[in-house]
Amino acid sequence: MSDTLLEVRNLHVEFGDTVAVRDVSFSVARGETHCLVGESGCGKSVSSLAVMNLLARGGRRSAERLAFDGQDLPALPERRMAQLRGDRMAMIFQEPMTSLNPAYTIGSQMAEVYTRHRGGSRRAALDRAAGLLAKVGITAPGMRLGQFPHQLSGGLRQRVMIAMALMCDPELLIADEPTTALDVTVQAQILRLLAELQRDLGLAILLITHDLGVVARIAHRVSVMYAGQVVESGPTAALFADPSHPYTRGLLDCVPVPGKVRRDEPLGSIPGMVPRIRPGFQGCGFRDRCAHAAPVCAGEVPRQHGAGAHEFLCRLPPGWTAREQAA
Amino acid sequence: MLRFALRRFVVALLVALTVMVLSFMLTRLSGDLAISIAGASATQADVEIIRKAYGLDRPLVLQFLEWIGRAALGDFGESFFFKARTADLIKERMPITLTLGLTGLILALLVSIPLGILAAVRENTWVDRLVQVIAMVGQAMPSFWLGLILMITLGLQLGWLPISGTGGPEHYVMPGIVLAFSAIPALTRLTRAGMIQALGSDYIRTARAKGLSRLSILGKHALRNAAIPVVSIAAVQLGFMLGGSIVIETVFALHGVGFLAWESISKNDFPVVQAVVLVLALIYIALTMAADLLNALLDPRLRAA
Repeated sequence: MSDTLLEVRNLHVEFGDTVAVRDVSFSVARGETHCLVGESGCGKSVSSLAVMNLLARGGRRSAERLAFDGQDLPALPERRMAQLRGDRMAMIFQEPMTSLNPAYTIGSQMAEVYTRHRGGSRRAALDRAAGLLAKVGITAPGMRLGQFPHQLSGGLRQRVMIAMALMCDPELLIADEPTTALDVTVQAQILRLLAELQRDLGLAILLITHDLGVVARIAHRVSVMYAGQVVESGPTAALFADPSHPYTRGLLDCVPVPGKVRRDEPLGSIPGMVPRIRPGFQGCGFRDRCAHAAPVCAGEVPRQHGAGAHEFLCRLPPGWTAREQAA
Repeated sequence: MLRFALRRFVVALLVALTVMVLSFMLTRLSGDLAISIAGASATQADVEIIRKAYGLDRPLVLQFLEWIGRAALGDFGESFFFKARTADLIKERMPITLTLGLTGLILALLVSIPLGILAAVRENTWVDRLVQVIAMVGQAMPSFWLGLILMITLGLQLGWLPISGTGGPEHYVMPGIVLAFSAIPALTRLTRAGMIQALGSDYIRTARAKGLSRLSILGKHALRNAAIPVVSIAAVQLGFMLGGSIVIETVFALHGVGFLAWESISKNDFPVVQAVVLVLALIYIALTMAADLLNALLDPRLRAA
């Protein structure tokens, strides 16, 4: 058994004549947090839904390899895949307000995952649910079990979603922008909770976010996505030390850093929008918005290596940012 | 939940009172009752005697108060035509109409809910389109026409079912089908729309992410939410079916309340007309109230309101 829990190699997802994800590769090791980062529409969520086989109708996925704990996922019939979902791989979503069924109590929704995958009595499942609600920091869990989603705040609902995801002790938790819809203070609480759970339970987390602050705080490894591709990836420290794809640079320039950004200077921004990628698209997807674009960018783009496992997809030589800053 | 039920009950009472005023006033507005009771050949003196005998010379308010006072005790007065107590007439006919209405509703639900679910699950495929065409044809078909077609085919040509009259269960099959057809299009479309909305919702994605079975996702998580509008409309449809049975009962000569209404309207038997309108309206009000309570059970968010 290897250390790699989830392995994705050259994942491809298309919706009609739009390519949402192309040649995406990443892996998540046991007990590590891997962040997929990028702006809206870059294919982060689609990649994670493709892993779970939860793509919306009309989505077609293909991959050279898509394996969970060595099991080839596309080869599994949907029935076997459903047995994995919620049991060994769980997922939480961006919209805690709508992700719980309004018609059923918290207890009923939490218990059904457990009884579905592990059997046993409803009573036992409810006891476990109460324990997990306490673990994710919800007071009076016994009372919460009998409540309906509309009686809970957004932050509480997201905690419920997390607790529900943990019902069967999953090995992998996919969190799709879990804090985006929440207040800033609640965001920090939820992130702290995820980091604690990972430490305590040895959970592997695939965290999807557009927030580089989140990445810096809890990721071990990062994959930066742009227009359906992973344009840069590596261990968090290495990537932040030497961001080598112009898009990553652009993203980092958009984040205010105390002491570095001056009050009277505008924050950085990336002009333009994410292009729609159609089948047969060639070259770098970022070239229309890139300050360093050159004619060669319309052709094959080389994958280059920085220090260690740091990789990026660009014509520019490794270390160009450091040289540019020195100049 | 109790407060919700109480409030809903008060509203129902107010609606009932309004209906009573309306049904009383409308029969008075249709002309001088004393003249129409007395008949074409009556003299002025006869009319005056009848006016006195039926208390029609007193102020309207007094007549109204006396009528609701008695109606509250279950006394709707004597029928002019049948020479029987109106309450007894209705009591005798009501089981027939209720049996017909419930047969129609159950048939309609048995057809439209599975069809609606099927169309939603197969959205935008030929199955979905076929279901929608069936719903549209059903909507466009007049019920008396469908009744006659069924009579000709199932009744006369195949001889499977009696074509008219009141009797055993076999007498309710054709009228039941015709009544069901009037409700199927709306209920099917509502089920389909509700299921499509539910299936595209975030909580269904969550249910799938939890690895729940297809049966649980469709039958438990989606249908429960899709059923909420269906329940409201089904109750209204049952109300329409009971009222609308006037046409069907006449076509099939089923001697229910609808047939009674038709008979008494054509005979100017105004105590019966008034009573039938009132009883059907009360049933309708009770049905919508029951639907609201059922919805509150299905949707916890409504209970707080």
